[in-house]
Amino acid sequence: MKAFLALISRDFRLTLKQGGAILPVVFFLLVATLYPFAVGPDGATLTRTGGGVLWVAALLAALLPVDRLIAPDVESGVMDQYVLRGISEEVIVLAKLAAHWLSFGPALIIATIPAAALLRIDYDTLLRLTLGLLVGTPGLAALGLMVSAITAGLRGAGALAGLLMLPLAVPLLIFGAGSLARDGSSAILLLGACSLLLCALTPFVAGAAIRALRD
Amino acid sequence: MTGAGQLSIADVTCSRGGRVLFEALNLTLIPGQAALVSGPNGSGKSSLLRLIAGLITPLRGHVQCEGEIALADESHALDPLSPLKKALTFWADIDSAPPERVDHALSAMAITHLADVPVRMLSTGQRKRATLARVIASGADIWLLDEPANGLDTASVALLVAAMSAHRALGGIIIVTSHQSLDVQDALLINLGAM
Repeated sequence: MKAFLALISRDFRLTLKQGGAILPVVFFLLVATLYPFAVGPDGATLTRTGGGVLWVAALLAALLPVDRLIAPDVESGVMDQYVLRGISEEVIVLAKLAAHWLSFGPALIIATIPAAALLRIDYDTLLRLTLGLLVGTPGLAALGLMVSAITAGLRGAGALAGLLMLPLAVPLLIFGAGSLARDGSSAILLLGACSLLLCALTPFVAGAAIRALRD
Repeated sequence: MTGAGQLSIADVTCSRGGRVLFEALNLTLIPGQAALVSGPNGSGKSSLLRLIAGLITPLRGHVQCEGEIALADESHALDPLSPLKKALTFWADIDSAPPERVDHALSAMAITHLADVPVRMLSTGQRKRATLARVIASGADIWLLDEPANGLDTASVALLVAAMSAHRALGGIIIVTSHQSLDVQDALLINLGAM
């Protein structure tokens, strides 16, 4: 347990130090800023489509740090040292999942407030969006980590990660954007189900991928 | 360290990428013993250490280890942005080692003056010494050292030899690979190239 917490704290601090936490948030806000320029300042259009755009932005923002989640630790031998100390790959991935979510999830949720103002999203929709992101971002983090482990050690891993991750994120996007509707409570439950499934699968899938890298 | 480590390799065959590197290797080490593995490039020296560490599995045979293992290979496994002492303390904490063991390890490798320098600023030789300091601070019974003298100057090699003797005097076990001559007293010699 002590090692598990040490791993989370190390990964979290490392991400902060490398600026990995600020990048997704800046990207997210940038999309929110650019979107009104592209579709025009018509308030009604922005209100109607803004929530969906923010979900796409959140999805793409979660993709940004994917190439740095697993590969650096494999290359620098940190992963070998963990395994040598009897920490299983699954536990390593679980710690990384927690650290990864902490580094971008809460910041992204806070960033929805200025983003909502930019896109003229009303208060009710903002509440549903915030709740949706709270439920959905762990799933996005898990998916990013899974794809990061699968593509670690490959050339051009960043681009490949995008191609792999985006189709798998479609359910999160559908239910996430669906939960913005006035009667979106069933969508949010399904979003939670997707998110839980991804969080439960990731330690095993990514763990197996990391183990396979050693051979 | 308990001083009660033990290592036995029975009839181990190692294959990497479909090519057999060495066959039917036997080795038993008891506390205080060391083995010096030599052989040309690609003869499987590093693979032998990774095999003992449990990072790869042998094609045949089995490896039995009692006691904690510490591995120093070409990757230092220290966070490049962290100050040296902090990076070493991260591993010492996971190993539940007391903080003074990190200080001891730093002084054993004569890098105490670099404690506050970020790892990425260290030279190759200093980084190698930092890797060895990580092993010393771990308090593990079994040390696996892959080419520990690479990139070290004469004075540092002397420190390495001294650290290895001190570890063995306390009942530790060492397996060291080297393609250059390294002064390890009474070591079992394993030449992988001759197999």
